[in-house]
Amino acid sequence: MLGFIVKRLLMAVPTLLIVAVSVFVLVRLVPGDPASLLLGDMATPSALADLQRRLGLDRSLPAQFGIWFGHVLQGDLGQSITSQQPVLPLVWDRFLVSGRLVVVAVFLAVLVAVPAGMVAAWRQNSLADLVLVGTSTLLLSIPTFWLGLLILLLFGLKLGWLPVVGHVSFAQSPGHALMYMIMPVLTLFLHEIGVVMRMARASTLEVLRLDYITHARAKGLSEREVMWRHAFRNSFGPTWTLIGLVLGNLLGGIAVVETVFSIPGLGRLLVDSIFGRDYPVIQGCLLFVAFVYVVVNLVVDLLYPLFDPRVTAS
Amino acid sequence: MKFLERRPAPNAWIGGLIVGSLLLVAGVGAFWTPYDPLALNFTAQLAPPDAVYWLGTDEFGRDVLSRLMAGATTSAWISLLSVGCAVLVGTTLGVLTGYLRGAVDRVVMAFNDALMAFPGILLALGLMAVLGANRYGIIGALAVAYTPSVTRVVRGSVLSLREREFIDASRVMGNSGLFTMWRHVLPNCVAPLTVLATSMFGWALLAESALSFLGLGVPPPAPTWGNMLAASRSHFDEAVWLGIFPGICISLTLLGINLLGDALRDRFDPRMRGLR
Repeated sequence: MLGFIVKRLLMAVPTLLIVAVSVFVLVRLVPGDPASLLLGDMATPSALADLQRRLGLDRSLPAQFGIWFGHVLQGDLGQSITSQQPVLPLVWDRFLVSGRLVVVAVFLAVLVAVPAGMVAAWRQNSLADLVLVGTSTLLLSIPTFWLGLLILLLFGLKLGWLPVVGHVSFAQSPGHALMYMIMPVLTLFLHEIGVVMRMARASTLEVLRLDYITHARAKGLSEREVMWRHAFRNSFGPTWTLIGLVLGNLLGGIAVVETVFSIPGLGRLLVDSIFGRDYPVIQGCLLFVAFVYVVVNLVVDLLYPLFDPRVTAS
Repeated sequence: MKFLERRPAPNAWIGGLIVGSLLLVAGVGAFWTPYDPLALNFTAQLAPPDAVYWLGTDEFGRDVLSRLMAGATTSAWISLLSVGCAVLVGTTLGVLTGYLRGAVDRVVMAFNDALMAFPGILLALGLMAVLGANRYGIIGALAVAYTPSVTRVVRGSVLSLREREFIDASRVMGNSGLFTMWRHVLPNCVAPLTVLATSMFGWALLAESALSFLGLGVPPPAPTWGNMLAASRSHFDEAVWLGIFPGICISLTLLGINLLGDALRDRFDPRMRGLR
Protein backbone atom coordinates (compact mmCIF):
# COMPACT_ATOMS: atom_id res chain seq x y z
CA MET A 1 0.00 0.00 0.00
CA LEU A 2 2.72 2.48 1.01
CA GLY A 3 4.74 1.45 -2.04
CA PHE A 4 1.76 2.18 -4.26
CA ILE A 5 1.31 5.65 -2.79
CA VAL A 6 4.99 6.55 -3.06
CA LYS A 7 5.21 5.24 -6.62
CA ARG A 8 2.13 7.16 -7.71
CA LEU A 9 3.39 10.36 -6.04
CA LEU A 10 6.78 10.07 -7.75
CA MET A 11 5.08 9.56 -11.11
CA ALA A 12 3.35 12.93 -10.78
CA VAL A 13 6.64 14.84 -10.33
CA PRO A 14 8.01 14.58 -13.91
CA THR A 15 4.54 15.29 -15.30
CA LEU A 16 4.25 18.50 -13.29
CA LEU A 17 7.78 19.50 -14.29
CA ILE A 18 7.06 19.07 -17.99
CA VAL A 19 3.74 20.88 -17.52
CA ALA A 20 5.72 23.82 -16.07
CA VAL A 21 8.18 23.72 -19.00
CA SER A 22 5.30 23.61 -21.52
CA VAL A 23 3.51 26.59 -19.96
CA PHE A 24 6.78 28.55 -19.82
CA VAL A 25 7.65 27.75 -23.45
CA LEU A 26 4.09 28.37 -24.63
CA VAL A 27 4.04 31.91 -23.33
CA ARG A 28 7.56 32.56 -24.59
CA LEU A 29 6.41 31.65 -28.11
CA VAL A 30 4.42 34.88 -28.11
CA PRO A 31 6.16 37.49 -30.24
CA GLY A 32 7.72 40.34 -28.27
CA ASP A 33 9.55 40.07 -24.94
CA PRO A 34 7.81 40.27 -21.56
CA ALA A 35 9.64 43.41 -20.45
CA SER A 36 8.35 45.55 -23.31
CA LEU A 37 4.88 44.08 -22.75
CA LEU A 38 5.07 45.04 -19.07
CA LEU A 39 6.22 48.58 -19.75
CA GLY A 40 4.01 49.25 -22.75
CA ASP A 41 4.81 51.33 -25.81
CA MET A 42 6.05 54.40 -23.97
CA ALA A 43 9.10 52.75 -22.40
CA THR A 44 12.55 54.31 -22.77
CA PRO A 45 15.34 51.96 -23.92
CA SER A 46 17.19 52.34 -20.62
CA ALA A 47 14.10 51.50 -18.55
CA LEU A 48 13.57 48.51 -20.81
CA ALA A 49 17.14 47.27 -20.38
CA ASP A 50 16.84 47.81 -16.64
CA LEU A 51 13.67 45.76 -16.35
CA GLN A 52 15.08 43.07 -18.63
CA ARG A 53 18.03 42.71 -16.27
CA ARG A 54 15.76 42.69 -13.22
CA LEU A 55 13.54 39.97 -14.73
CA GLY A 56 16.59 38.02 -15.84
CA LEU A 57 15.63 38.30 -19.49
CA ASP A 58 19.26 38.93 -20.50
CA ARG A 59 20.13 35.38 -19.42
CA SER A 60 19.83 32.17 -21.42
CA LEU A 61 16.40 30.57 -21.81
CA PRO A 62 17.11 27.60 -19.48
CA ALA A 63 18.42 30.05 -16.86
CA GLN A 64 15.27 32.11 -17.27
CA PHE A 65 13.19 29.00 -16.75
CA GLY A 66 15.19 28.24 -13.61
CA ILE A 67 14.51 31.70 -12.18
CA TRP A 68 10.81 31.55 -13.09
CA PHE A 69 10.38 28.03 -11.77
CA GLY A 70 12.11 28.99 -8.53
CA HIS A 71 9.56 31.75 -8.07
CA VAL A 72 6.70 29.40 -8.94
CA LEU A 73 7.83 26.91 -6.29
CA GLN A 74 7.64 29.73 -3.74
CA GLY A 75 4.10 30.52 -4.88
CA ASP A 76 5.12 33.61 -6.83
CA LEU A 77 3.43 33.51 -10.22
CA GLY A 78 4.38 37.09 -11.10
CA GLN A 79 2.24 40.18 -11.44
CA SER A 80 -0.69 40.98 -13.70
CA ILE A 81 0.17 43.52 -16.39
CA THR A 82 -3.27 45.12 -16.43
CA SER A 83 -4.22 45.17 -12.74
CA GLN A 84 -0.70 45.08 -11.20
CA GLN A 85 -1.99 42.50 -8.69
CA PRO A 86 0.02 39.40 -7.81
CA VAL A 87 -1.21 36.51 -9.97
CA LEU A 88 -1.60 33.71 -7.42
CA PRO A 89 -4.16 35.40 -5.11
CA LEU A 90 -6.06 36.56 -8.20
CA VAL A 91 -6.18 33.04 -9.64
CA TRP A 92 -7.03 31.52 -6.26
CA ASP A 93 -10.01 33.84 -5.63
CA ARG A 94 -11.45 33.10 -9.05
CA PHE A 95 -10.77 29.39 -8.60
CA LEU A 96 -12.91 29.30 -5.45
CA VAL A 97 -15.86 30.67 -7.46
CA SER A 98 -15.47 28.16 -10.33
CA GLY A 99 -14.41 25.23 -8.19
CA ARG A 100 -17.53 25.47 -6.05
CA LEU A 101 -19.80 25.25 -9.10
CA VAL A 102 -17.88 22.33 -10.58
CA VAL A 103 -17.65 20.27 -7.39
CA VAL A 104 -21.32 20.70 -6.46
CA ALA A 105 -22.49 19.89 -10.01
CA VAL A 106 -20.31 16.79 -10.34
CA PHE A 107 -21.28 15.53 -6.87
CA LEU A 108 -24.99 15.82 -7.67
CA ALA A 109 -24.51 14.30 -11.13
CA VAL A 110 -22.76 11.26 -9.65
CA LEU A 111 -25.55 10.79 -7.10
CA VAL A 112 -28.12 10.61 -9.90
CA ALA A 113 -26.14 9.12 -12.78
CA VAL A 114 -24.48 6.14 -11.07
CA PRO A 115 -27.74 4.55 -9.85
CA ALA A 116 -29.38 5.40 -13.19
CA GLY A 117 -26.53 3.80 -15.12
CA MET A 118 -26.73 0.70 -12.92
CA VAL A 119 -30.48 0.40 -13.47
CA ALA A 120 -29.95 0.71 -17.22
CA ALA A 121 -27.35 -2.06 -17.13
CA TRP A 122 -29.47 -4.21 -14.83
CA ARG A 123 -32.39 -4.07 -17.29
CA GLN A 124 -30.28 -4.02 -20.44
CA ASN A 125 -32.26 -3.56 -23.69
CA SER A 126 -35.50 -2.89 -21.81
CA LEU A 127 -37.55 0.23 -22.40
CA ALA A 128 -36.07 1.80 -19.26
CA ASP A 129 -32.57 1.16 -20.58
CA LEU A 130 -33.43 2.67 -23.96
CA VAL A 131 -34.88 5.79 -22.35
CA LEU A 132 -31.91 6.22 -19.99
CA VAL A 133 -29.31 5.67 -22.71
CA GLY A 134 -31.20 7.99 -25.05
CA THR A 135 -31.40 10.69 -22.40
CA SER A 136 -27.72 10.45 -21.54
CA THR A 137 -26.63 10.55 -25.20
CA LEU A 138 -28.87 13.57 -25.76
CA LEU A 139 -27.62 15.42 -22.66
CA LEU A 140 -24.05 14.64 -23.69
CA SER A 141 -24.64 16.14 -27.12
CA ILE A 142 -25.98 19.50 -25.95
CA PRO A 143 -23.07 21.90 -25.45
CA THR A 144 -23.05 23.50 -21.99
CA PHE A 145 -23.16 27.02 -23.39
CA TRP A 146 -26.40 26.34 -25.24
CA LEU A 147 -27.92 24.37 -22.39
CA GLY A 148 -27.05 27.32 -20.15
CA LEU A 149 -28.74 29.75 -22.52
CA LEU A 150 -31.89 27.60 -22.61
CA ILE A 151 -31.98 27.35 -18.82
CA LEU A 152 -31.45 31.09 -18.61
CA LEU A 153 -34.28 31.64 -21.07
CA LEU A 154 -36.68 29.36 -19.19
CA PHE A 155 -36.01 30.09 -15.52
CA GLY A 156 -34.59 33.59 -15.79
CA LEU A 157 -36.51 35.29 -18.59
CA LYS A 158 -39.78 33.40 -19.15
CA LEU A 159 -40.59 32.24 -15.62
CA GLY A 160 -38.59 34.89 -13.81
CA TRP A 161 -37.82 32.57 -10.90
CA LEU A 162 -34.10 33.20 -10.70
CA PRO A 163 -31.81 36.21 -11.10
CA VAL A 164 -30.61 36.31 -14.71
CA VAL A 165 -26.96 37.27 -14.60
CA GLY A 166 -24.37 38.10 -12.03
CA HIS A 167 -22.76 36.69 -8.99
CA VAL A 168 -22.93 37.29 -5.26
CA SER A 169 -20.22 35.94 -2.99
CA PHE A 170 -21.08 33.87 0.06
CA ALA A 171 -19.51 36.49 2.31
CA GLN A 172 -21.99 39.11 1.11
CA SER A 173 -25.17 37.07 1.36
CA PRO A 174 -25.30 33.27 1.51
CA GLY A 175 -28.94 33.09 0.41
CA HIS A 176 -28.41 35.18 -2.69
CA ALA A 177 -25.18 33.38 -3.48
CA LEU A 178 -27.09 30.10 -3.59
CA MET A 179 -29.77 31.59 -5.85
CA TYR A 180 -27.11 32.68 -8.33
CA MET A 181 -25.49 29.25 -8.22
CA ILE A 182 -28.63 27.30 -9.19
CA MET A 183 -28.64 27.87 -12.94
CA PRO A 184 -24.92 27.35 -13.63
CA VAL A 185 -24.86 24.26 -11.40
CA LEU A 186 -27.98 22.89 -13.12
CA THR A 187 -26.31 23.38 -16.51
CA LEU A 188 -23.14 21.52 -15.54
CA PHE A 189 -25.15 18.91 -13.63
CA LEU A 190 -27.36 17.99 -16.61
CA HIS A 191 -24.36 17.74 -18.92
CA GLU A 192 -22.35 15.56 -16.55
CA ILE A 193 -25.28 13.20 -15.93
CA GLY A 194 -24.88 12.15 -19.56
CA VAL A 195 -21.14 11.58 -19.23
CA VAL A 196 -21.24 9.69 -15.93
CA MET A 197 -24.31 7.56 -16.69
CA ARG A 198 -22.75 6.08 -19.81
CA MET A 199 -19.62 5.08 -17.95
CA ALA A 200 -21.57 3.64 -14.99
CA ARG A 201 -23.74 1.61 -17.37
CA ALA A 202 -20.85 0.27 -19.45
CA SER A 203 -18.76 -0.79 -16.46
CA THR A 204 -21.76 -2.38 -14.73
CA LEU A 205 -22.59 -4.35 -17.88
CA GLU A 206 -19.05 -5.65 -17.98
CA VAL A 207 -19.21 -6.82 -14.37
CA LEU A 208 -22.70 -8.34 -14.62
CA ARG A 209 -21.42 -10.84 -17.19
CA LEU A 210 -18.89 -12.31 -14.76
CA ASP A 211 -19.37 -15.70 -13.15
CA TYR A 212 -19.44 -14.48 -9.56
CA ILE A 213 -22.62 -12.53 -10.31
CA THR A 214 -24.28 -15.66 -11.68
CA HIS A 215 -23.01 -17.42 -8.56
CA ALA A 216 -24.47 -14.75 -6.29
CA ARG A 217 -27.82 -15.09 -8.04
CA ALA A 218 -27.64 -18.88 -7.85
CA LYS A 219 -27.12 -18.59 -4.10
CA GLY A 220 -30.55 -16.99 -4.04
CA LEU A 221 -29.50 -13.46 -3.13
CA SER A 222 -32.02 -10.76 -3.90
CA GLU A 223 -31.36 -8.60 -6.95
CA ARG A 224 -30.87 -5.65 -4.62
CA GLU A 225 -28.04 -7.45 -2.83
CA VAL A 226 -26.50 -8.66 -6.09
CA MET A 227 -26.43 -5.16 -7.50
CA TRP A 228 -25.28 -3.23 -4.42
CA ARG A 229 -23.09 -5.71 -2.59
CA HIS A 230 -21.52 -7.42 -5.57
CA ALA A 231 -21.88 -5.44 -8.78
CA PHE A 232 -21.52 -1.89 -7.46
CA ARG A 233 -18.15 -2.22 -5.74
CA ASN A 234 -16.57 -3.91 -8.70
CA SER A 235 -18.01 -1.66 -11.33
CA PHE A 236 -17.46 1.70 -9.64
CA GLY A 237 -13.71 1.87 -10.41
CA PRO A 238 -13.89 3.19 -14.00
CA THR A 239 -16.56 5.72 -12.98
CA TRP A 240 -14.40 6.90 -10.09
CA THR A 241 -11.47 7.46 -12.45
CA LEU A 242 -13.78 9.30 -14.84
CA ILE A 243 -14.87 11.66 -12.05
CA GLY A 244 -11.28 12.90 -11.73
CA LEU A 245 -11.05 13.56 -15.46
CA VAL A 246 -14.47 15.22 -15.50
CA LEU A 247 -13.58 17.61 -12.65
CA GLY A 248 -10.47 18.80 -14.48
CA ASN A 249 -12.16 19.02 -17.87
CA LEU A 250 -15.04 21.04 -16.45
CA LEU A 251 -12.63 23.43 -14.76
CA GLY A 252 -10.71 23.81 -18.03
CA GLY A 253 -13.84 24.44 -20.07
CA ILE A 254 -15.90 26.38 -17.55
CA ALA A 255 -15.26 29.70 -19.32
CA VAL A 256 -18.31 29.21 -21.59
CA VAL A 257 -20.73 28.65 -18.71
CA GLU A 258 -19.25 31.58 -16.80
CA THR A 259 -19.76 33.70 -19.90
CA VAL A 260 -23.42 32.71 -20.18
CA PHE A 261 -24.16 33.57 -16.54
CA SER A 262 -21.62 36.43 -16.15
CA ILE A 263 -19.76 34.71 -13.32
CA PRO A 264 -16.33 36.10 -12.43
CA GLY A 265 -14.61 32.72 -12.29
CA LEU A 266 -11.29 31.25 -13.35
CA GLY A 267 -12.42 30.59 -16.94
CA ARG A 268 -13.48 34.19 -17.43
CA LEU A 269 -10.17 35.36 -15.94
CA LEU A 270 -8.26 33.28 -18.48
CA VAL A 271 -10.35 34.44 -21.44
CA ASP A 272 -10.19 38.09 -20.37
CA SER A 273 -6.42 37.80 -19.96
CA ILE A 274 -6.15 36.32 -23.45
CA PHE A 275 -8.09 39.31 -24.81
CA GLY A 276 -5.95 41.70 -22.77
CA ARG A 277 -2.68 39.90 -23.63
CA ASP A 278 -1.95 39.69 -19.91
CA TYR A 279 0.64 36.94 -20.22
CA PRO A 280 1.57 36.46 -16.55
CA VAL A 281 -2.10 35.81 -15.75
CA ILE A 282 -2.52 33.50 -18.76
CA GLN A 283 0.55 31.60 -17.60
CA GLY A 284 -0.76 31.49 -14.04
CA CYS A 285 -4.21 30.22 -15.05
CA LEU A 286 -2.83 27.49 -17.32
CA LEU A 287 -0.33 26.35 -14.73
CA PHE A 288 -2.90 26.40 -11.95
CA VAL A 289 -5.59 24.43 -13.79
CA ALA A 290 -3.08 21.87 -15.06
CA PHE A 291 -1.75 21.56 -11.50
CA VAL A 292 -5.27 21.05 -10.10
CA TYR A 293 -6.00 18.51 -12.86
CA VAL A 294 -2.88 16.48 -12.04
CA VAL A 295 -3.49 16.66 -8.28
CA VAL A 296 -7.18 15.73 -8.55
CA ASN A 297 -6.32 12.71 -10.68
CA LEU A 298 -3.55 11.81 -8.25
CA VAL A 299 -5.98 11.91 -5.32
CA VAL A 300 -8.51 9.88 -7.32
CA ASP A 301 -5.85 7.26 -8.02
CA LEU A 302 -4.72 7.18 -4.40
CA LEU A 303 -8.29 6.64 -3.17
CA TYR A 304 -8.98 3.99 -5.81
CA PRO A 305 -7.84 1.08 -3.58
CA LEU A 306 -10.74 1.90 -1.23
CA PHE A 307 -13.07 0.49 -3.91
CA ASP A 308 -10.74 -1.99 -5.49
CA PRO A 309 -7.89 -3.28 -3.31
CA ARG A 310 -6.50 -5.28 -6.24
CA VAL A 311 -4.70 -2.29 -7.79
CA THR A 312 -2.16 -2.01 -4.95
CA ALA A 313 -0.97 -5.54 -5.57
CA SER A 314 0.18 -5.02 -9.16
CA MET B 1 -14.82 -5.23 -45.64
CA LYS B 2 -16.36 -8.00 -43.62
CA PHE B 3 -17.99 -5.60 -41.17
CA LEU B 4 -20.29 -4.31 -43.93
CA GLU B 5 -21.91 -7.69 -44.29
CA ARG B 6 -23.59 -7.48 -40.94
CA ARG B 7 -26.65 -5.28 -40.60
CA PRO B 8 -25.67 -1.92 -39.08
CA ALA B 9 -27.20 -1.00 -35.71
CA PRO B 10 -29.92 1.69 -35.66
CA ASN B 11 -27.59 4.21 -34.02
CA ALA B 12 -25.18 3.76 -36.92
CA TRP B 13 -27.98 4.53 -39.37
CA ILE B 14 -29.26 7.58 -37.52
CA GLY B 15 -25.79 8.88 -36.70
CA GLY B 16 -24.54 8.33 -40.22
CA LEU B 17 -27.59 10.07 -41.64
CA ILE B 18 -27.13 13.13 -39.42
CA VAL B 19 -23.38 13.42 -40.03
CA GLY B 20 -23.91 12.80 -43.76
CA SER B 21 -26.52 15.56 -43.94
CA LEU B 22 -24.22 17.94 -42.09
CA LEU B 23 -21.39 17.30 -44.53
CA LEU B 24 -23.84 17.72 -47.42
CA VAL B 25 -25.09 21.05 -46.05
CA ALA B 26 -21.52 22.13 -45.41
CA GLY B 27 -20.60 21.21 -48.99
CA VAL B 28 -23.58 23.07 -50.45
CA GLY B 29 -22.98 26.02 -48.11
CA ALA B 30 -19.51 26.45 -49.55
CA PHE B 31 -20.99 27.31 -52.97
CA TRP B 32 -24.59 28.36 -52.49
CA THR B 33 -26.78 29.79 -49.74
CA PRO B 34 -30.35 31.18 -50.14
CA TYR B 35 -29.09 34.68 -49.37
CA ASP B 36 -25.63 36.20 -48.95
CA PRO B 37 -24.79 35.30 -45.32
CA LEU B 38 -23.00 38.63 -44.89
CA ALA B 39 -25.51 40.89 -46.68
CA LEU B 40 -27.08 43.47 -44.35
CA ASN B 41 -30.76 44.26 -44.80
CA PHE B 42 -32.01 47.02 -42.55
CA THR B 43 -35.60 46.64 -43.73
CA ALA B 44 -35.79 43.15 -42.22
CA GLN B 45 -34.02 43.36 -38.86
CA LEU B 46 -34.90 40.65 -36.33
CA ALA B 47 -37.61 39.26 -38.62
CA PRO B 48 -39.18 36.11 -37.17
CA PRO B 49 -39.15 32.91 -39.26
CA ASP B 50 -41.58 33.15 -42.18
CA ALA B 51 -41.93 32.15 -45.85
CA VAL B 52 -39.25 34.64 -47.02
CA TYR B 53 -36.67 34.03 -44.30
CA TRP B 54 -37.30 30.45 -43.25
CA LEU B 55 -35.34 30.73 -40.01
CA GLY B 56 -35.70 34.49 -39.52
CA THR B 57 -33.07 37.22 -39.61
CA ASP B 58 -30.61 38.62 -37.07
CA GLU B 59 -30.11 42.13 -35.72
CA PHE B 60 -28.52 43.26 -39.01
CA GLY B 61 -31.21 41.66 -41.17
CA ARG B 62 -28.93 38.83 -42.24
CA ASP B 63 -30.64 35.56 -43.16
CA VAL B 64 -30.18 33.03 -40.35
CA LEU B 65 -30.50 29.95 -42.60
CA SER B 66 -27.78 31.22 -44.92
CA ARG B 67 -25.55 32.00 -41.99
CA LEU B 68 -26.13 28.55 -40.49
CA MET B 69 -25.17 26.94 -43.81
CA ALA B 70 -22.05 29.06 -44.14
CA GLY B 71 -21.28 28.28 -40.49
CA ALA B 72 -21.57 24.56 -41.20
CA THR B 73 -18.96 24.91 -43.94
CA THR B 74 -16.56 26.76 -41.64
CA SER B 75 -17.06 24.39 -38.70
CA ALA B 76 -16.76 21.26 -40.83
CA TRP B 77 -13.55 22.52 -42.46
CA ILE B 78 -11.94 23.51 -39.20
CA SER B 79 -12.88 20.23 -37.51
CA LEU B 80 -11.79 18.06 -40.44
CA LEU B 81 -8.47 19.86 -40.86
CA SER B 82 -7.59 19.90 -37.17
CA VAL B 83 -8.49 16.21 -36.73
CA GLY B 84 -6.63 15.41 -39.96
CA CYS B 85 -3.47 17.13 -38.71
CA ALA B 86 -3.75 15.46 -35.30
CA VAL B 87 -4.21 12.02 -36.89
CA LEU B 88 -1.29 12.54 -39.28
CA VAL B 89 1.19 13.73 -36.65
CA GLY B 90 -0.11 11.47 -33.88
CA THR B 91 -0.05 8.36 -36.04
CA THR B 92 3.51 9.05 -37.22
CA LEU B 93 4.70 9.59 -33.65
CA GLY B 94 2.71 6.63 -32.33
CA VAL B 95 3.97 4.16 -34.94
CA LEU B 96 7.59 5.33 -34.64
CA THR B 97 7.71 5.33 -30.84
CA GLY B 98 5.78 2.10 -30.49
CA TYR B 99 7.82 0.27 -33.08
CA LEU B 100 11.28 1.59 -32.28
CA ARG B 101 10.92 1.96 -28.47
CA GLY B 102 14.07 3.09 -26.64
CA ALA B 103 15.06 6.59 -25.53
CA VAL B 104 13.07 8.43 -28.22
CA ASP B 105 9.93 6.62 -27.08
CA ARG B 106 10.50 7.61 -23.46
CA VAL B 107 11.10 11.29 -24.26
CA VAL B 108 8.17 11.60 -26.68
CA MET B 109 5.81 9.82 -24.31
CA ALA B 110 6.90 11.95 -21.35
CA PHE B 111 5.92 15.07 -23.31
CA ASN B 112 2.82 13.35 -24.55
CA ASP B 113 1.69 12.56 -21.01
CA ALA B 114 2.41 16.11 -19.89
CA LEU B 115 0.29 17.51 -22.73
CA MET B 116 -2.46 15.12 -21.70
CA ALA B 117 -2.21 16.59 -18.20
CA PHE B 118 -3.95 19.65 -19.62
CA PRO B 119 -7.68 19.39 -20.16
CA GLY B 120 -8.04 19.55 -24.00
CA ILE B 121 -10.03 22.77 -24.19
CA LEU B 122 -7.64 24.51 -21.77
CA LEU B 123 -4.63 23.63 -23.92
CA ALA B 124 -6.50 24.94 -26.95
CA LEU B 125 -7.29 28.18 -25.09
CA GLY B 126 -3.62 28.61 -24.14
CA LEU B 127 -2.50 27.98 -27.69
CA MET B 128 -5.08 30.44 -29.01
CA ALA B 129 -3.39 33.09 -26.89
CA VAL B 130 -0.20 32.41 -28.80
CA LEU B 131 -1.51 31.60 -32.28
CA GLY B 132 -4.14 34.33 -32.42
CA ALA B 133 -7.93 34.19 -32.67
CA ASN B 134 -8.53 33.21 -36.29
CA ARG B 135 -9.37 30.01 -38.16
CA TYR B 136 -5.74 28.94 -38.60
CA GLY B 137 -5.12 29.60 -34.93
CA ILE B 138 -8.01 27.28 -34.02
CA ILE B 139 -6.90 24.55 -36.40
CA GLY B 140 -3.35 24.68 -35.00
CA ALA B 141 -4.53 24.80 -31.39
CA LEU B 142 -6.97 21.90 -31.75
CA ALA B 143 -4.46 19.82 -33.72
CA VAL B 144 -1.87 20.21 -30.96
CA ALA B 145 -4.48 19.55 -28.26
CA TYR B 146 -5.67 16.29 -29.86
CA THR B 147 -2.38 14.86 -31.14
CA PRO B 148 -1.40 13.30 -27.76
CA SER B 149 -4.56 11.14 -27.69
CA VAL B 150 -3.82 9.83 -31.19
CA THR B 151 -0.19 9.13 -30.32
CA ARG B 152 -1.21 7.20 -27.23
CA VAL B 153 -3.88 5.09 -28.95
CA VAL B 154 -1.68 4.26 -31.96
CA ARG B 155 1.35 3.51 -29.82
CA GLY B 156 -0.78 1.18 -27.70
CA SER B 157 -1.91 -0.78 -30.75
CA VAL B 158 1.61 -0.89 -32.17
CA LEU B 159 3.06 -2.19 -28.89
CA SER B 160 0.80 -5.22 -29.01
CA LEU B 161 1.14 -5.65 -32.79
CA ARG B 162 4.94 -5.76 -32.78
CA GLU B 163 4.91 -8.93 -30.68
CA ARG B 164 2.80 -10.78 -33.27
CA GLU B 165 4.21 -13.40 -35.63
CA PHE B 166 3.37 -11.64 -38.88
CA ILE B 167 5.59 -8.73 -37.89
CA ASP B 168 8.45 -11.13 -37.15
CA ALA B 169 7.73 -12.78 -40.50
CA SER B 170 8.05 -9.47 -42.28
CA ARG B 171 11.39 -8.84 -40.59
CA VAL B 172 12.68 -12.33 -41.39
CA MET B 173 11.76 -11.78 -45.02
CA GLY B 174 14.31 -8.96 -44.97
CA ASN B 175 11.84 -6.07 -45.19
CA SER B 176 13.08 -2.77 -43.82
CA GLY B 177 11.61 -1.42 -40.61
CA LEU B 178 9.97 1.43 -42.51
CA PHE B 179 8.30 -0.99 -44.97
CA THR B 180 7.09 -3.23 -42.13
CA MET B 181 5.59 -0.26 -40.31
CA TRP B 182 3.86 1.06 -43.43
CA ARG B 183 2.65 -2.23 -44.84
CA HIS B 184 1.90 -4.34 -41.78
CA VAL B 185 1.70 -2.21 -38.63
CA LEU B 186 -0.19 0.84 -39.90
CA PRO B 187 -3.17 -0.95 -41.55
CA ASN B 188 -3.85 -2.74 -38.28
CA CYS B 189 -4.16 0.58 -36.46
CA VAL B 190 -6.93 1.82 -38.75
CA ALA B 191 -9.83 0.42 -36.71
CA PRO B 192 -9.01 2.09 -33.36
CA LEU B 193 -7.99 5.24 -35.25
CA THR B 194 -11.38 5.44 -37.01
CA VAL B 195 -13.20 5.20 -33.69
CA LEU B 196 -10.98 7.88 -32.14
CA ALA B 197 -11.09 10.19 -35.17
CA THR B 198 -14.90 10.09 -35.18
CA SER B 199 -15.04 11.14 -31.52
CA MET B 200 -12.36 13.76 -32.12
CA PHE B 201 -14.39 15.26 -34.96
CA GLY B 202 -17.11 15.86 -32.38
CA TRP B 203 -14.66 17.28 -29.81
CA ALA B 204 -13.18 19.59 -32.43
CA LEU B 205 -16.59 20.82 -33.55
CA LEU B 206 -17.62 21.45 -29.95
CA ALA B 207 -14.32 23.17 -29.11
CA GLU B 208 -14.52 25.35 -32.21
CA SER B 209 -18.06 26.39 -31.29
CA ALA B 210 -17.02 27.08 -27.69
CA LEU B 211 -14.02 29.16 -28.76
CA SER B 212 -16.16 31.11 -31.24
CA PHE B 213 -18.77 31.57 -28.51
CA LEU B 214 -16.06 33.08 -26.27
CA GLY B 215 -15.00 35.40 -29.08
CA LEU B 216 -11.70 33.57 -29.51
CA GLY B 217 -12.67 31.70 -32.65
CA VAL B 218 -13.45 32.75 -36.19
CA PRO B 219 -13.88 36.53 -35.96
CA PRO B 220 -17.20 38.14 -37.03
CA PRO B 221 -18.76 38.97 -39.46
CA ALA B 222 -17.93 35.45 -40.74
CA PRO B 223 -20.69 33.26 -39.30
CA THR B 224 -20.07 30.22 -37.13
CA TRP B 225 -22.63 28.47 -34.95
CA GLY B 226 -20.66 29.51 -31.86
CA ASN B 227 -20.41 33.23 -32.61
CA MET B 228 -24.06 33.31 -33.75
CA LEU B 229 -25.05 31.95 -30.32
CA ALA B 230 -22.84 34.52 -28.61
CA ALA B 231 -24.42 37.35 -30.61
CA SER B 232 -27.93 36.05 -29.89
CA ARG B 233 -27.51 36.82 -26.20
CA SER B 234 -28.10 40.55 -26.67
CA HIS B 235 -31.48 39.91 -28.33
CA PHE B 236 -32.59 36.89 -26.39
CA ASP B 237 -35.95 38.14 -25.15
CA GLU B 238 -37.08 39.72 -28.44
CA ALA B 239 -35.65 37.27 -31.01
CA VAL B 240 -35.50 33.85 -29.42
CA TRP B 241 -34.93 32.05 -32.74
CA LEU B 242 -31.44 33.52 -32.95
CA GLY B 243 -30.44 31.52 -29.88
CA ILE B 244 -32.40 28.38 -30.77
CA PHE B 245 -31.39 27.38 -34.30
CA PRO B 246 -27.57 27.51 -33.97
CA GLY B 247 -27.88 25.51 -30.74
CA ILE B 248 -30.02 22.88 -32.47
CA CYS B 249 -27.42 22.64 -35.25
CA ILE B 250 -24.53 22.06 -32.81
CA SER B 251 -26.48 19.60 -30.64
CA LEU B 252 -27.86 17.63 -33.56
CA THR B 253 -24.43 17.32 -35.15
CA LEU B 254 -22.86 16.22 -31.88
CA LEU B 255 -25.69 13.73 -31.36
CA GLY B 256 -25.03 12.28 -34.82
CA ILE B 257 -21.31 12.01 -34.18
CA ASN B 258 -21.87 10.42 -30.76
CA LEU B 259 -24.27 7.82 -32.18
CA LEU B 260 -21.91 7.05 -35.05
CA GLY B 261 -18.96 6.86 -32.66
CA ASP B 262 -20.83 4.42 -30.40
CA ALA B 263 -21.74 2.25 -33.38
CA LEU B 264 -18.14 2.19 -34.60
CA ARG B 265 -16.88 1.36 -31.12
CA ASP B 266 -19.33 -1.54 -30.87
CA ARG B 267 -18.13 -2.76 -34.24
CA PHE B 268 -14.39 -2.45 -33.76
CA ASP B 269 -13.79 -2.96 -30.07
CA PRO B 270 -14.23 -6.70 -29.47
CA ARG B 271 -14.24 -6.14 -25.71
CA MET B 272 -17.44 -4.13 -26.01
CA ARG B 273 -19.13 -6.45 -28.50
CA GLY B 274 -22.53 -7.58 -27.31
CA LEU B 275 -22.43 -5.28 -24.32
CA ARG B 276 -24.62 -2.57 -25.74
